Amino acid sequence: MAALSSLRVAVPQLDSRRTLPCSHFGGAGCEKAFFRCQSSKLLLGAGCVAGEKAPRVAGGGNVRAAVSASKAVTEKPNSGSKSDKADLLVTKDEGLELYEDMVLGRSFEDMCAQMYYRGKMFGFVHLYNGQEAVSTGFIKLLKQTDFVTSTYRDHVHALSKGVPARQVMAELFGKSTGCCRGQGGSMHMFSAEHGLLGGFAFIGEGIPVAVGAAFTSKYKREVLKEEGDMPVSIAFFGDGTANNGQFFECLNMAQLWKLPVIFVVENNLWAIGMSHYRSTSDPEIWKKGPAFGMASAHVDGMDVLKVREVAKEAVERARRGDGPTLIECETYRFRGHSLADPDELRAPAEKAHYAARDPIVALKKYLLDNEIATEAELKSIEKKIDEVVEDAVEFADASPLPGRSQLLENVFADPKGFGIGPDGRYRCEDPGFTAGTAQV
Amino acid sequence: MFEALREGLGEEMERDPNVCVIGEDVGDYGGSYKVTKGFSEKFGSWRVLDTPIAENSFTGMAIGAAMTGLRPVVEGMNMGFLLLAYNQIANNCGMLHYTSGGQFTIPVVIRGPGGVGRQLGAEHSQRLESYFQSVPGLQMVACSTPYNAKGLMKAAIRCENPVILYEHVLLYNLKEKIPDEEYTCCLEEAEMVRPGTDITILTYSRMRYHVTQAAKTLVDRGYDPEIIDIRSLKPFDMYTIGESVKKTHRVLIVEECMRTGGIGASLRSAIMESFWDELDGPIGCLSSQDVPTPYSGPLEELTVVQPHQIVTAVENLCGKK
Repeated sequence: MAALSSLRVAVPQLDSRRTLPCSHFGGAGCEKAFFRCQSSKLLLGAGCVAGEKAPRVAGGGNVRAAVSASKAVTEKPNSGSKSDKADLLVTKDEGLELYEDMVLGRSFEDMCAQMYYRGKMFGFVHLYNGQEAVSTGFIKLLKQTDFVTSTYRDHVHALSKGVPARQVMAELFGKSTGCCRGQGGSMHMFSAEHGLLGGFAFIGEGIPVAVGAAFTSKYKREVLKEEGDMPVSIAFFGDGTANNGQFFECLNMAQLWKLPVIFVVENNLWAIGMSHYRSTSDPEIWKKGPAFGMASAHVDGMDVLKVREVAKEAVERARRGDGPTLIECETYRFRGHSLADPDELRAPAEKAHYAARDPIVALKKYLLDNEIATEAELKSIEKKIDEVVEDAVEFADASPLPGRSQLLENVFADPKGFGIGPDGRYRCEDPGFTAGTAQV
Repeated sequence: MFEALREGLGEEMERDPNVCVIGEDVGDYGGSYKVTKGFSEKFGSWRVLDTPIAENSFTGMAIGAAMTGLRPVVEGMNMGFLLLAYNQIANNCGMLHYTSGGQFTIPVVIRGPGGVGRQLGAEHSQRLESYFQSVPGLQMVACSTPYNAKGLMKAAIRCENPVILYEHVLLYNLKEKIPDEEYTCCLEEAEMVRPGTDITILTYSRMRYHVTQAAKTLVDRGYDPEIIDIRSLKPFDMYTIGESVKKTHRVLIVEECMRTGGIGASLRSAIMESFWDELDGPIGCLSSQDVPTPYSGPLEELTVVQPHQIVTAVENLCGKK
């Protein structure tokens, strides 16, 4: 509590919730669970008994499942006591996969900071340290054919989605071997192969793109009569974005047309130097979903296993065709907004509070305490990741910078768009065009 | 012309099941200018999507759909409303192919009625071509006849680049006999309206008709103007324009967008840059006044270029006959 009371603003009663993780579902047709979530008993975390009484729901099978998932999650041992094997939330393979992905995210971002200060990458670089549980928890459930949109804080989303570390690092170094040929940079990571639809610099502008990809999924089903699993989309964005028009417009459209999209709010409490509580009339973002009739949840985003449980439910809902979900993840960035941010406004006590909830440390503890993995296995993963990141830097260093001929190549998919020159030929037919010396 | 647009759009939707329409009142209402009348019944409501009033988001949605395999045609009920979608049109539509290193194409068509109508008021009388012309990665075309409306609509839909197709509120009821056989118009080419020798008049959209009207007077007075409808607002067809300048050595641009930062301003510098030696005098440019379009009739008339002004401008540039 001391952490938050040292902020310059009177923090509402709600902040007591921040220290006690809980997850529950509320939404259309789920009155019982929803109103429980509003009770002060639940806000304090104690008596989070969303699973206790099955809610009266019409066709509420999925809500029941959600409720029992959240029950399992709240019973997850936080204190380190062992559970029965039957209660474990992950298999060994899954546990190691999650661990490796989070360690990759963390090591990669740490290396980015080093490389930035050594003058290998430039501009605005926004690091994801501390938020790994959200990226790993959601994206590791997706297939290659599913889609993700992100923000400028997109390196780790790219890595979780399967974009090779080499390609991301080379992109950051501005090399032509980068995933976007060096043309996008830190804030514009794209991968057609891995379903990463960007990387966006303006907050909110990626959300409609994710909704569009979900529209395509549904269109292919309804109009083109394609069969098989429906690809789902996830839009990741922050607390600041949840005050933006595009957020609300997209919640409406996604729910209206029951599109297979998941809205994931990475609420790290700060939009550069703007505290979430200073900019938001009702700071509980997950509550805004039910206003559109959308199933919503709030989850402890510092705990990858809880995130994963909630994510599973949302992905299944989307794939079934039952529509979108809004999930607010309580999370925190250990570094400043970007490498240029002096990060002077956040109280040291707040930072310390969340540092103690480091998602990687938490998962490690869970895996060891429940004997899912050994210390040696985890160490070997860490070593492997060190090598992957070193290799990525070496690759990026050794890669060439783009040549002049690359300047105009991707302005248009069809270069006839450069038009017809005075000589009657399309400008792109000019031999000087690909050398980048042609007049346009 | 609205039927020609409808025919072009309908043919493309039959030809390619990935083509769909997204916009306000395009489905049940049939489009506020009837361009999609009957489409909802024929193609179903997923292919003719009635959206809520959220231009920025549904344009962004169309872009996401285009990136993942569809070919959406976004209708701005009035072009002016697309100002709300500027974020998506500039950042994502125009730039995303580039920032993704060529990985994603955005084959969207953004279309709708713009231009000064009959006392529609300032906000419904906007000309967005000047606002969007700087955005890299976009192509822009303006249709002016039923023939080129259908041809440009089809070409725009088939194009892999994002294309903005500007229609004009006052031209929807134009009638013309168009071919039964299938045809498209080249997106990058200008259209010769009237060959001549004295002066090259470059125009587009509704002003084409003010120019042809002025031409009647000019011909009576002994002038022989060459009239070209530039059609492609971005990129300019520098070949057709250049061949004309080489022939006449005098240029007058007649446009409906505002003077400041308008299409004419860009066209003037492009011509000067490439054909300076061919010019016998300065390039004239008649544009709308830099004012919000007033509601009152006489004032509104004063804001756009009228035929008598075109006649005077030609006489000044060519000298009295």
